[in-house]
Amino acid sequence: MATTAEGFDAHHDHGHDVHDHADHKPGFFARWFMSTNHKDIGTMYLIFAIIAGIVGGAISGIMRVELAEPGIQYLQWWAQFMGGANDLNTALHMWNVFITAHGLIMVFFMVMPAMIGGFGNWFVPLMIGAPDMAFPRMNNVSFWLTVVGFLSLLFSLFVPGGTGPGAGTGWTVYAPLSTSGSVGPAVDFAIFSLHLAGAGSILGATNFITTIFNMRAPGMTLHKMPLFVWSVLVTAFLLLLALPVLAAAITMLLTDRNFGTTFFNPAGGGDPVLYQHLFWFFGHPEVYIMILPGFGMISQIVATFSKKPVFGYLGMAYAMVAIGVVGFIVWAHHMYTVGLDVNTKMYFTAATMVIAVPTGVKIFSWIATMWGGSISFKSPMVWSMGFIFLFTVGGVTGVVLANGGIDDNLHDTYYVVAHFHYVLSMGAVFSLFAGFYYWFPKMSGRMHSELLSHIHFWTFFVGVNVIFFPQHFLGMQGMPRRYPDYPEAYTFWHEISTYGYYIMAGSMVFFFVNIAYALLAGKKAAANPWGEGATTLEWTLPSPPPYHQFETLPVITDAHDYHDHRPATA
Amino acid sequence: MKKAILAVLTAGLAAIAPVSLAAQDAAAPVVTQAEAGAVEGAQTAPGPEALPGNLAPAEAALAPQGQGAYTPMAPTKGKGMPTSYEDDAIKSLTFQDQYSDNGEYALWMHDGILMPVITVISLLVLGLLLYVVVRFNRRANPVASKTTHNTVIEVVWTIVPVIILVIIAVPSITLLARQYETPPADAVTIKATGYQWYWGYTYPDHGEIEVVSNMLDDAEAAKRGEPGQLAVDNRMVVPAGVPLRIQTTASDVIHAFAVPSLWFKMDAVPGRLNEKMLTIKEPGVYYGQCSELCGARHAYMPIAIEALPPAEFAAWVKAQGGSMPGEEAAAPAAVPAAEAPAAAPAVAG
Repeated sequence: MATTAEGFDAHHDHGHDVHDHADHKPGFFARWFMSTNHKDIGTMYLIFAIIAGIVGGAISGIMRVELAEPGIQYLQWWAQFMGGANDLNTALHMWNVFITAHGLIMVFFMVMPAMIGGFGNWFVPLMIGAPDMAFPRMNNVSFWLTVVGFLSLLFSLFVPGGTGPGAGTGWTVYAPLSTSGSVGPAVDFAIFSLHLAGAGSILGATNFITTIFNMRAPGMTLHKMPLFVWSVLVTAFLLLLALPVLAAAITMLLTDRNFGTTFFNPAGGGDPVLYQHLFWFFGHPEVYIMILPGFGMISQIVATFSKKPVFGYLGMAYAMVAIGVVGFIVWAHHMYTVGLDVNTKMYFTAATMVIAVPTGVKIFSWIATMWGGSISFKSPMVWSMGFIFLFTVGGVTGVVLANGGIDDNLHDTYYVVAHFHYVLSMGAVFSLFAGFYYWFPKMSGRMHSELLSHIHFWTFFVGVNVIFFPQHFLGMQGMPRRYPDYPEAYTFWHEISTYGYYIMAGSMVFFFVNIAYALLAGKKAAANPWGEGATTLEWTLPSPPPYHQFETLPVITDAHDYHDHRPATA
Repeated sequence: MKKAILAVLTAGLAAIAPVSLAAQDAAAPVVTQAEAGAVEGAQTAPGPEALPGNLAPAEAALAPQGQGAYTPMAPTKGKGMPTSYEDDAIKSLTFQDQYSDNGEYALWMHDGILMPVITVISLLVLGLLLYVVVRFNRRANPVASKTTHNTVIEVVWTIVPVIILVIIAVPSITLLARQYETPPADAVTIKATGYQWYWGYTYPDHGEIEVVSNMLDDAEAAKRGEPGQLAVDNRMVVPAGVPLRIQTTASDVIHAFAVPSLWFKMDAVPGRLNEKMLTIKEPGVYYGQCSELCGARHAYMPIAIEALPPAEFAAWVKAQGGSMPGEEAAAPAAVPAAEAPAAAPAVAG
């Protein structure tokens, strides 16, 4: 404790010298293209994620419209639009390109940049009382690598990929469809895109780990950190451990494709299933990477609007650690039908179900946080409550799928599609909107419209449920995923699902109108617009925070617990 | 015989490879005709009725073929295929009816254990949320409590889920053990091979019969009274009520052999041979679809299993020129190999 106090004093002396420059911003190009400011980089990540989300969401719209009725309706038009031949196989290939692009964009260029790059960059330093990230320039490298990765993926759509333009391998890029099965440079560009985005994420992860371990305000022990910071810390470790495995796997794909190696080619002693093991060793932690920061945000928001400390703080923090650890030893549940040994399948069934326990702890702790609270239903709170319910629904279907014997029927059907959209498109995305409405006043200095955000919530809630709930029915009836066309019996629920997309798409209008309204005409936001429940450090700063903050480090005294992070003399 | 099949497949692949708009319709008959000509023509004297290769596929299938003739069984609506909302709203919400023991057990486990458990949990969470909304909103409860933890309840909500999961695990592990039972020595072996984009079925114990199975186009399927995109020209014919040893592999990329009404799904991986036992309880036609992304026509390589009473299966084997195990294998007749590629019309560009 003595050491930290000394450190604090040292900073304090320096603080005064530069205080006048706290809000001095560099010129446009230097500020946005050579940025070393965590808040600017966070803003760029958020804008990037919104753009990528529009692209990925538009692609899902193309797919839902195509699926509204059996037969191939629009794919040939799209094939020609993308520069492909006017024949059926190119049209069908276009479908595979869309599912691939939708998956990759939403995972790597929407959810991850928004959660970790956007909110992580913005609020981890603020919440731990640090002036910036540990490696500000590397932070900038992370962002631009992600952008270039996205461009590489977009570029892949316009170059030959086998049966037509673009990579039609699915986001999982399974060999041998991605090696001998896809001639042409499209898959190489898609793989390169993953390399770039992955490298950006690894750099970002090291940055977060270093920042969180070394730059916490004096007195903020690990067990006094806000849960959002905990969630980003766990996520950063998952990224650091999982992404190199993906990098190795897709590098092996590249050499199989271009340099005659046979890692995944049985003709040369390789094995296609090896690729799946490598991919899912990354891929399963990846799904927790996409949801854990969401867990952290929900914890902050629920506590804030219940005006109550989060219930069972230690349980919440270590539940995330447990989910992260167990997340590394359940990967083969994505491969139940690949021909696993019976004992392997039994193990992965049991291990997968274990994850339900820490997840249950989190769900119940959120409810217990609200219990006895004095809840105000501001926009972040309604999105959080929507999250808790919908994530539960997605979670319980996960328990169904965890059973290897049951999965024999459901694997690769729409039931799986429904499951992972409930946990991502409703879990992760609801937490993103919750976080967005929670921190938008802090980031922009303007209040958004509560009315518009509530309309956005209800229409979005109805829309996504109409899209994805019927997909459980389709999956149980046997409808396989990644199909552009289907037997007539599936028509009704597909049609309903497509109507849901229209509702969801319409609801996004309220989101964008709300942002525009807030930026143009929104009321000025106070330092803490959410009241007494908002106890983390970012609310002690003005909205928006100064360009450089905490030049005088806040001191967290022993009198403060994990709930109240504000310094004694704020 | 083998050579002929290779020739057929090469011809088929060659015909499919230069892709074209006409491929959706053209690809199906291509291999059909070649296959019908080669396999059936290979074993029997090429009498007029034994030359279905000269007929359109539909006529070939329906044409009487003399003694031991095999007519594809008419599927039963709602059995072995998905049910539409219009036909039966309730049935369209859940699993297809099951026609294997393991399928019935799995369905029981889902309907009797998993579904009630997940419904109760979801409703519990929803109920708690609604209660909290009503009871602990700002107006109803102006002063928030300062509770931060309660060890007892935290232990309870950790232990209770563990117990529930253990209860689920028991039937789950049992189901897995059943699904992995080793087939008896006399099980009927059928090897399903996935190709881009059709299935090939070989019967190694029945004189190496090979069936090449392509999707029928919707019009043709409708004409035969079968569901579109599920119907195939040549089905995988198996005996009902006896253990089958299903093996899967693939020649190009990964495919998956899946039949929802039998609770059966097994990937077909190049360089690997997966094997699993399947016993179909009663005769019928059971449809499935490829369930691992395998390229452009992934949606257009369905699976149709026709389960026949064992005697009729034996007759089918005979009609295909094969032999039942124990019988002396039919002498492999000289194969009119040249016929196969010739029968495959080039796909118009």
